Amino acid sequence: MTTAATTAPERRRRRLSGSNFALGAIGLFSIGALLEILPRIGVMDRRFFPPSSEILTMLLRQLGEPGFWTAVGQTMRGWAIGLTIAMVAGVLAGVVIGSIPVLREFTASTIEFLRPIPSVALIPLVVLLYGTKIQSALILIVYAAFWQILVQVLYGVADVDPVVRDTARSYRFSRWTQFKQVVWPTALPYVVTGFRLAAAVALILEVTAELVIGVPGLGRNLGIAQSSGAVTLTYALVVAIGIIGIIINLFARYIERRVLRWHPSVRRDVAA
Amino acid sequence: MSIDTTPAPRERIDTTTPALDVRGLKKVYTGHGRDVEAVRNLTFTIRSGELVCIVGPSGAGKTTLLRCISGLLDVTDGEVVLDGKKVTEPPPGMAVVFQEYGRSLFPWLTVRQNIELPLKEKGLKKAERAEKVQTAIDAVGLTDSADAHPWQLSGGMQQRVAIARAVAYEPSVLLMDEPFAAVDAQTRADLEDLVRDLWHKFKVTVLFVTHDIDEAVYLGERVLVLSHRPTVILEDVKITLPDERSQLETRSTKEFADLRHHVYEQIQKAKQGFRPDGDTA
Ligand SMILES: Nc1ncnc2c1ncn2[C@@H]1O[C@H](COP(=O)(O)OP(=O)(O)O)[C@@H](O)[C@H]1O
Ligand SMILES: [Mg+2]
Repeated sequence: MTTAATTAPERRRRRLSGSNFALGAIGLFSIGALLEILPRIGVMDRRFFPPSSEILTMLLRQLGEPGFWTAVGQTMRGWAIGLTIAMVAGVLAGVVIGSIPVLREFTASTIEFLRPIPSVALIPLVVLLYGTKIQSALILIVYAAFWQILVQVLYGVADVDPVVRDTARSYRFSRWTQFKQVVWPTALPYVVTGFRLAAAVALILEVTAELVIGVPGLGRNLGIAQSSGAVTLTYALVVAIGIIGIIINLFARYIERRVLRWHPSVRRDVAA
Repeated sequence: MSIDTTPAPRERIDTTTPALDVRGLKKVYTGHGRDVEAVRNLTFTIRSGELVCIVGPSGAGKTTLLRCISGLLDVTDGEVVLDGKKVTEPPPGMAVVFQEYGRSLFPWLTVRQNIELPLKEKGLKKAERAEKVQTAIDAVGLTDSADAHPWQLSGGMQQRVAIARAVAYEPSVLLMDEPFAAVDAQTRADLEDLVRDLWHKFKVTVLFVTHDIDEAVYLGERVLVLSHRPTVILEDVKITLPDERSQLETRSTKEFADLRHHVYEQIQKAKQGFRPDGDTA
């Protein structure tokens, strides 16, 4: 029995990433090896493409520097605060708009207009307002992540099965119970998907704000390394940011699985 | 299933007071540029404690009728009266078992929680809830699956959960919309016996809708035969089978065959265009 067919593609993706884990590791290792060999035999220019072992060594050295960890902390803090604000605002707005049909119609075109504006287009504005303060990054993150969450929550709230709705009505559930016991559990898979998408977007915008505006964090260090010609350090920081991205994604998936234990995309059906 | 878990009977079957009164019910679906007259004119009364089956072909408006009775759908004309009160929204004394049973259970709750939720909403205390839930679970034979989620159960078991939820609610009228249309024959026979069993045990008034003539005759004390759309009642057949029924014995009696034949004939006549109201559809 499948209650929510909408998450079918997600299920497929999960299975793929699970069974092909070994293959993925081999692929990653091969590329690493290639990027080690090509600069060494001169096919790639060593000045711009240091061998991967040098990048790795540099990264390991960075792990011993307190300054590196400060930057990691700054990046993660901006990411977490921005994501939290976007989550709370997106879920609240989505639930309210989604539950009131008139409001939904009323806001539909506004949302469609505002949503495609890339968050980075706000950079000139936030620089004027806050310069290199953390608020600059937060505004960019919240703007980008908010839409991801809002749209998912709107879909989720609209996805209540008519039979479930009738069941709730026939047992005379109050409006609050209908929300708590029916609408919210139905919307939850969408909320969590929104969270996962927003978590990734939030990191991108945090690093962008650091790199472009100069908000403190790994991105700013990356910009400084690049402009001072520290090529290997530049690459090492890129790898570090990539690893943070992977960790954030794993974290989001872990949350997803915890929250949706009963859900078709996570659960295993026992009987047909 | 032990007998002593059965709650004290609320009252003896009272065959004189009407539990449910449907008067001149008409439902026309409007919108999408065309009107569908699903139900033309239905009038019938179900007395307290009766088990009445409504049989009619697919598309006859059976679901429409039940949704009107349960207050989920506004009627176009006529009225539904439950326990002396006109139905305008889902009334307190009614429980519905839907045709799409799998979708009517909350997948995020366990069997026990599914059954308990309406009782919580009714304002029952925790201990009382636990007792009623357990009684219902035992009565439908799901004792071992009480803490499973609905999607871990087979179709027949899911339907048992939906039935247990309705029974635990202690409605004065229980509506069932083709509840066994999607389960296999063996499970279906078991569930039919379960319905009669629960009806005996909990003294609830049951309105059971089906498209299956055999099922209607086997289960009911009365069978209302519906025409094709626009729907009216062709006949109100009294089922004279004995109170204790068994799949094997009852279904092979001459009486069963005669009743079945009679109902079948009515439906055949309807197919050929016969209508008691004189119109041709
Ligand atoms: N929401 C609706 N809008 C328009 N027509 C409907 C709607 N629901 C049911 N109908 C029509 O009403 C008729 C009766 O449907 P239904 O009550 O589901 O019949 P049954 O349950 O007996 O199979 C059918 O012709 C169906 O197409
Ligand atoms: Mg139907």
